[in-house]
Amino acid sequence: MEDAIRLIDVKKTFDGKEFVLKGLNLNVKKGKLTAIIGFSGTGKSVVLKHILGLFQPTSGRVEVLGKDVSQLSSDDLTKFRCNFGVLFQSSALFDDMTVLENVCFPLQEHRRNLLPNQVLEIASKKLRQVGLDPKHFEKLPSQISGGMQKRTGLARALALDPEILIYDEPTTGLDPILTEMVDNLIVETHKHREGVTSVMVSHDLHAAFRIADEIVMLDAGRVLLCGTTEDFYNADNELVKKFVSKGMRKENSHT
Amino acid sequence: MIIEYFRNFVKEVGDIFLFLVNSVRLLFMKPYRILEITKHMEFIGNQSLGIIILTSLFTGLAMSFQIYLGFKIINAVNLVGPTVALGISRELGPVLTGLIVAARAGGAMAARLGTMRVNEQIDALDVMGVNTKQYLISPRIIAAVICMPLLTAVFDFVAMLGSYFLVVHLVELDGAIFWQRIRDTLEARHIYEGLIKSAVFGLVFALVCSYRGFNTVGGAKGVGEATNKGVVQSMVSIIILDYFLTNMIRIYYVITGTG
Repeated sequence: MEDAIRLIDVKKTFDGKEFVLKGLNLNVKKGKLTAIIGFSGTGKSVVLKHILGLFQPTSGRVEVLGKDVSQLSSDDLTKFRCNFGVLFQSSALFDDMTVLENVCFPLQEHRRNLLPNQVLEIASKKLRQVGLDPKHFEKLPSQISGGMQKRTGLARALALDPEILIYDEPTTGLDPILTEMVDNLIVETHKHREGVTSVMVSHDLHAAFRIADEIVMLDAGRVLLCGTTEDFYNADNELVKKFVSKGMRKENSHT
Repeated sequence: MIIEYFRNFVKEVGDIFLFLVNSVRLLFMKPYRILEITKHMEFIGNQSLGIIILTSLFTGLAMSFQIYLGFKIINAVNLVGPTVALGISRELGPVLTGLIVAARAGGAMAARLGTMRVNEQIDALDVMGVNTKQYLISPRIIAAVICMPLLTAVFDFVAMLGSYFLVVHLVELDGAIFWQRIRDTLEARHIYEGLIKSAVFGLVFALVCSYRGFNTVGGAKGVGEATNKGVVQSMVSIIILDYFLTNMIRIYYVITGTG
């Protein structure tokens, strides 16, 4: 199967001394939902920022949809990012815009041929797709719940029908019910979008095992294990065993 | 340590300069951000109007009173009007407007951009394929450059009204002489001088505060630091720059033979 994202021997240092990524190799298959997991400080978010072109690797290559992201000029990178839809940990909604305006924004920026009522129509459709009631459309992000903010963030990420969907710690800080709702939302979104590649960065092991096609575990700036849920349950590596047992125990105590 | 400090200072000045060049370049590239410019002009210009009117009125009153007390000793009270007019239009108008707007709008700019940075809103714009400098910085800079001369003109006008009120109604000098003396002394170029300065001050505070806010690191503490640094550095820059601009304008007058 074709790879949508490839990180080849990526090294990254911010201070010239300590390496956050130490020759990381990672392949994300097209059309699959891949979860990147690992303990805090193992470089998960740094990997994500490399994929998005927000960080440049100190050495190595980052290929997304066949293009070397680190070689793109600033203007080309800006255009290239239309291929991504990102749901941030904090939702990152624009607080001076209403829910509907937040979803309209990427359409207004990149689909300039659309009429204002067409933009509103598409944005409303996306919001309904993620299960948001139209009565909340005119509210500001501060006036809606955390779950609704996640839904709005996802609707905004989907607005341009991107080829790659990225979820940056989507359930961190949420209660178990909301976590399950977001997980289901991710699964549903992925299921209904054929060919769309999804990457989820999380330390929520339960969610990763439940929804991902493939799981990548990072440790100390390298890939420790890449495989399915079964591969993780059957792994011999002590660190993987520890992560799985602790992660699952934590989840069981929640339920 | 001094070398390190100097190196960091030079690097930061260089970064700010590149930030400016990039922001100005993006201003002339599509998509043109007219709506954003208008929005920021409303915030910087319209919303600063009240505070500018209030402060300029009392600046005009206080300055006129002090000059009146001084000139009374040498029996030159008829020169209060032109002295105030020259001082306000060339120095106090642009400088005080710059300081007030830098504190009000510049502080808000740094805080807003800093909050957007720590809440990942700037990252969200980036990954949405929006050029963040073009969307967030360029409109703020051009709005400040346009609004500052307008606000300074208002400051000059209201300060002179304050001065007129004090001179004519409180210390009861002749109103006709007050205006005549100003007409004899004040030239259009004195007013333009102040307006040009104020446009430069607008550029400086918008640039410095935007740069600080845009490059905020950390959480709430980072936003506070960015706002603080932005406002303080803008104010200090305005006062220092005023001296150099005054001298440059003098040199220009000498070279062109208009001084």
